[in-house]
Amino acid sequence: MRFKDVFSIIGPSMIGPSSSHTAGAVRLGRCARQALGSSPEEAVIRFYGSFADTYMGHGTDLAITAGIMDYDTDDERIRDSIRLAANQGIAISFQSELKPGPHPNTAAILLRKGDRSVRMTGCSIGGGNIEMVGVNGFDVKFTAIYPTLLIYHRDRSGILAEITDIAKYTGINISYMEVDRKSRNGEALTVIESDQPFRHEAIARLELLPDVREISVIDLTIREEAR
Amino acid sequence: MRFSTLEELKELCKEESLSIGQLMVKEQALETGRTEIEVIGQMSAYYEVMKEAVHRGLSEDTTSRSGLTGKDAQRVSSYMDHTAPSLGAESCTAMAYSLAVSEVNASMGRIIATPTAGSCGIIPGVFVSTQERFRWEDSHMVYGLFAAGAIGYVIANNSFVSGAEGGCQAEVGSAIGMAAGALTELRGGTPEQSVHAVGLALKNSLGLICDPVGGLVEIPCIVRNGFGAVTALAASDMALAGVRSVIPSDEVIDVMLEVGSAMPEKHRETAKGGLAQTPTGRSIMNRLYGKGGQAIT
Repeated sequence: MRFKDVFSIIGPSMIGPSSSHTAGAVRLGRCARQALGSSPEEAVIRFYGSFADTYMGHGTDLAITAGIMDYDTDDERIRDSIRLAANQGIAISFQSELKPGPHPNTAAILLRKGDRSVRMTGCSIGGGNIEMVGVNGFDVKFTAIYPTLLIYHRDRSGILAEITDIAKYTGINISYMEVDRKSRNGEALTVIESDQPFRHEAIARLELLPDVREISVIDLTIREEAR
Repeated sequence: MRFSTLEELKELCKEESLSIGQLMVKEQALETGRTEIEVIGQMSAYYEVMKEAVHRGLSEDTTSRSGLTGKDAQRVSSYMDHTAPSLGAESCTAMAYSLAVSEVNASMGRIIATPTAGSCGIIPGVFVSTQERFRWEDSHMVYGLFAAGAIGYVIANNSFVSGAEGGCQAEVGSAIGMAAGALTELRGGTPEQSVHAVGLALKNSLGLICDPVGGLVEIPCIVRNGFGAVTALAASDMALAGVRSVIPSDEVIDVMLEVGSAMPEKHRETAKGGLAQTPTGRSIMNRLYGKGGQAIT
């Protein structure tokens, strides 16, 4: 099922004018921000398809910037986000791409802070719902409706069992999971969506697993103030 | 969710002697692991946002960022103050409220996507106007929103709810179907009558293309929300009177998928056809984006 519950139909609560070009764009930006883990110094956003054609009229630029600052879809500051980002010293640039993306409403977001960077590609599929399709060169497919873990690790036999074992003992019910690797024994990314927020204990234990390089938590169900 | 078609939804309601709204509250709680009180609380908060948007659209400056639209709800509202509208006061009020919320959306105000922002006026227009008219409690309206959500859930998963995928029929059309079915339940109709209301309403918007001028959620989206509220009232009245959708509503949803899938890309939110490419539509676009700039030709 593409749409999983009543609030993907009635909702989100959002600043207009377009659920796909504005609310979905906020959520795409927030995903990237949370994958980076902190406020970036620099953001480069490339728009594809309908995003490239109409981003100014729909405020997609304001929306994605708001997401990068971790605002939620109904935050009144969205209207001023580019100015607010500039005040915070975030350098943001927008580019329109002529070639088509994987979906009519696609954005590729590059965030950088110091020597850390994250590159994410996502699509806004309607009603404010999104689908992330690329993270740092890995192919993914997650919706960020649920709390989501990105676990970067080396591809080796047994590591998934170790990950799911920790999930089991820390009370995480995995609702969706996928793995992509760049090469055999090379870099891999495991994405886990859970019904519950991830507790610090679970993340700490996952980080201690051999060959786990890094973990990011994406949770769009938490408001910025509560983080 | 234990249902994926309107037929299954209706049968579940019948078996468990629940309204569509009551059933959806239980399903939502089950699906998300939250309590019924929590999910009702979230929907109640959403209803407050809808009422606030109606109010703002009737009282504040709703000129859009592009300057193309704004204050039409206020025009309709003041017209009603001195002229008897042909629609009758009740339908005209629903229309004005629906325009109001759509204009708040176009001017970057806060709304609830139902199911999308492009169609966000229809459900608040129908709900807030009928609540005032029939003096319903907020809690009654909140269950109505769950009913609308259940109907939308079926439409979205069997067809689509975005203009980019299925044209305006998928956005405004779906919202009208959701509002018509929910209103039928709010007025005491059976789940079966609600489901007929959905089919009756959807049949009236099949084939509607998404052709926004300049790609913006303004022309013709805002007026289509106004018309949509009126159509929802009409479909609900037909269903409550005993009019049936001879083609079952689930089959009408399948037709929406068939028609939307066959719709040319230029008529699916790209602003490459329809009203967007009329001489006037093009000249507006040139004024907004400049020739050659962010052009969508």
